[in-house]
Amino acid sequence: MTVIDAPATGPDWSSAASNANRRRRYAADRRLRIYGLTAIIIAVGVLVILLATVLTGGASAFVQTRVTVEFTIDPELVSADNIQRGNYRQIITNAVAELFPEIADDRTALTAAGRILTSNAQFFVRDAVVADPSLIGRTLTLAIPASDPFDQLNKGTIARDLPEEQRRVNDRDTALFDQLVDRGLVSTPFNWGLFFNADSRFPELAGLRGAIIGSFYLLLVTLLVSVPVGIAAAIYLEEFARRGRWSRLIEVNINNLAAVPSVVFGLLGLAVFINFFGLPRSAPLVGGLVLSLMTLPTIIIVTRAALKAVPPSIREAAYGIGASKHQMVLHHVLPLALPGILTGTIIGMAQALGETAPLLLVGMNAFLTAAPGGITDAATALPTQIYIWADSSERGFVAKTSAGIVVLLLFLIVMNAVAIFLRRRLERTW
Amino acid sequence: MLGTALLLILGMSIVAFIVGRASGRRFLRASGSSIHSLPSYHGLFVAVWVGVPALVLVLLWAALSGTIVDSLLLASLPDSMTTGVTGAGLDLVLSEIKNVAAGLLFGEPRPEIVEAAARLNRWDALAGWAMVVVVFALMIVAFAVARTRLAPRFRARNAFERWLSGLMIAASVGAILVTVGIVVSLLVESLAFFRMVPIGEFLFGLNWEPQMPIRADQVAGLGAFGAVPVFLGTIVIATVATLFAAPVGLFTAIYLVEYASERVRSVVKPVLEVLAGVPTIVYGFFAVLTVAPAIRSTGNSLGLAASPNSALAAGVVMGIMLIPFISSLSDDALRAVPRSLRDGSLAIGATRAETVRKVMLAAALPGIMGGVLLAVSRAIGETMIVVMAAGLIATLTINPLDSVTTVTVQIVTLLIGDTAFDSPKTLAAFALGLVLFLTTLLLNVIALRIVNRYREKYD
Repeated sequence: MTVIDAPATGPDWSSAASNANRRRRYAADRRLRIYGLTAIIIAVGVLVILLATVLTGGASAFVQTRVTVEFTIDPELVSADNIQRGNYRQIITNAVAELFPEIADDRTALTAAGRILTSNAQFFVRDAVVADPSLIGRTLTLAIPASDPFDQLNKGTIARDLPEEQRRVNDRDTALFDQLVDRGLVSTPFNWGLFFNADSRFPELAGLRGAIIGSFYLLLVTLLVSVPVGIAAAIYLEEFARRGRWSRLIEVNINNLAAVPSVVFGLLGLAVFINFFGLPRSAPLVGGLVLSLMTLPTIIIVTRAALKAVPPSIREAAYGIGASKHQMVLHHVLPLALPGILTGTIIGMAQALGETAPLLLVGMNAFLTAAPGGITDAATALPTQIYIWADSSERGFVAKTSAGIVVLLLFLIVMNAVAIFLRRRLERTW
Repeated sequence: MLGTALLLILGMSIVAFIVGRASGRRFLRASGSSIHSLPSYHGLFVAVWVGVPALVLVLLWAALSGTIVDSLLLASLPDSMTTGVTGAGLDLVLSEIKNVAAGLLFGEPRPEIVEAAARLNRWDALAGWAMVVVVFALMIVAFAVARTRLAPRFRARNAFERWLSGLMIAASVGAILVTVGIVVSLLVESLAFFRMVPIGEFLFGLNWEPQMPIRADQVAGLGAFGAVPVFLGTIVIATVATLFAAPVGLFTAIYLVEYASERVRSVVKPVLEVLAGVPTIVYGFFAVLTVAPAIRSTGNSLGLAASPNSALAAGVVMGIMLIPFISSLSDDALRAVPRSLRDGSLAIGATRAETVRKVMLAAALPGIMGGVLLAVSRAIGETMIVVMAAGLIATLTINPLDSVTTVTVQIVTLLIGDTAFDSPKTLAAFALGLVLFLTTLLLNVIALRIVNRYREKYD
């Protein structure tokens, strides 16, 4: 055994030069650490700002300003045998005149006061009377949504200290509205209309009903097309296909398909489904087909991963008791892989729910005041509805847009939470 | 009618299954254990014979009958209405007929249209019933054929499994068909476009004004389709996005791999996943509402004139979207560096920064480069952020404070609203789509090749 002597001469580690060198190297280490921390702070900070912007912007759209008004259903204006065709406009005008007796003779002031209520107020009264014809001749008390400028005035979005000419509501109308507030006629209940109304030209009445139903149909079509096809393709590629040129080609193809920009799928849908096959524009059927083509690679990839995770011992055991290859896969491997497939499918559906660009190309951004009744009716989806609102010039739609985003994010959070829960609950380690 | 047909197929398949299984059971009772397949396989065999061909027929019928009825309808119109009318005009006539047939009347339609609408309704009803009858007949024939083949020694399981394999192969071929569909549809429409606008002008022209006059007397641009400004705008925004996302993503990954404690990691990882899961339309709204005004006012206070929809705003927000993408790919690449290399470097006295820079990054560089290339390809193909935050007018500039437009923005704006498939405006979108598809494909192939080559080195 040789003894290694320490070298007689070496660098003097405690010299000033060495110390300076060491300090420099440690400073470089600290700097890299600070760069990393800064990057993380940027990423986290951006997410916080993003969520804060959306939440604070959207919060006000979850409540709605309503004005409680007493309507006298005059039998002269509404006859019992033709309730639909009554003169409800006049009933509204009368009710507003009763609210403000001091301006009842001033026609222009009265018209302006009438604009405190939403322009569709007459339909609220009509629907109430149609539902209960015994109201004719009596009075009806309804909380009618305030029109958008007054809704925003009430929520404080319109600053009262601005000069009058820069405000959307003038001093006179503000005074009238404040009078209603003082009399306790103004309330701000939760805005259920955000979920249960269809889209509307008036921000105070616009809701997500059509978009939610449209998105539901879209995901239904996507699920029905992409899941069976995706799982079948994955089983074939993973369990049956002989490794060779052909299966390599399919594999490369699927990986590339996963990276094709979504707008290209929209072009495909437009050219093939709408132009060639003549399917209806704006329909969830076409949108869903496009989205299923987009989710297909995701589903194939997660299914293959889930199948791969099932240990070979399961397969050998199945063969051992005399199962055919199909029986082995369908009866033993696939059930064990199902939790993984399910999780992947939910995540794929969540991606499909947030996808916008291809839906714009197949026309799912139409202005529709009715919810779709089936997969071939014209429809919007949650993200395209958000796009429509973000694009509209009315001020009231800004808060609506944020509220729509909050609803979309809630759906996504629920779907991802379910996926995580299932993964924790059903995942097994071998 | 389609619903009826599908229900009919489902019902008949179930009946076929029950009948087939009953035959199987009879064989079992009659011949004891010498039967080849379990009774349920006899049932499944008959059921797929009945169900699958009928389903294929119905789907084909539903997909094609619209086009066939349309062309029959056009052929049945008097010549005076169809001669000399172009594709868009014919579409207009067709949609008018369909509106009348659906009972939607606008004004007083021409008598030919009313007649055609009546014909359309008659044909639609006829086609629907014909489909049900044909499908039913097909199912009866298939049922009869399949039943005659059942026997105690018949290999029903093998036959059923062959069907199953066939269906699975069809599904995987479907994945290929999607690619073929993309390529063919883009190529066909682009070739139609290049017949109107020479390909050289499209690829190298410096002037992009796709707004064509719709009527002859309208005052509008004549339509210029030189896409260089559009390409340049895309490059500007993608560059801004990459310059923002690459350092942030890379440093995040380095910190997470090398310095972060388990607790920091458990906070930062979910945050990055949330960033990755936010839909792009949300980013677009964020860009318009928060980032663009912030950049504008910062620019103004510095004395720089920033456009309200500057490339910088769109690019930065796109960069935010790409942070999780780059950081997770860099994270993978850094973690794939063999532990021995890292430990060796630390053992000879290198600081962690030196280890990261001279060992880990050097070894992981191909993987990181691949990740950045994939991110660039995503930035080029990303649509909603730029549709909302970037401009519409194509300007030939590389100043990120100016408003520029991108390929995806142009595709969406050219195709939103009603589109006729014979104007260069619509077809230009497909030409842009072809360029986009080829570019992203090329970037992906290069990126995957780099990543794979690197992986082979250490396995």
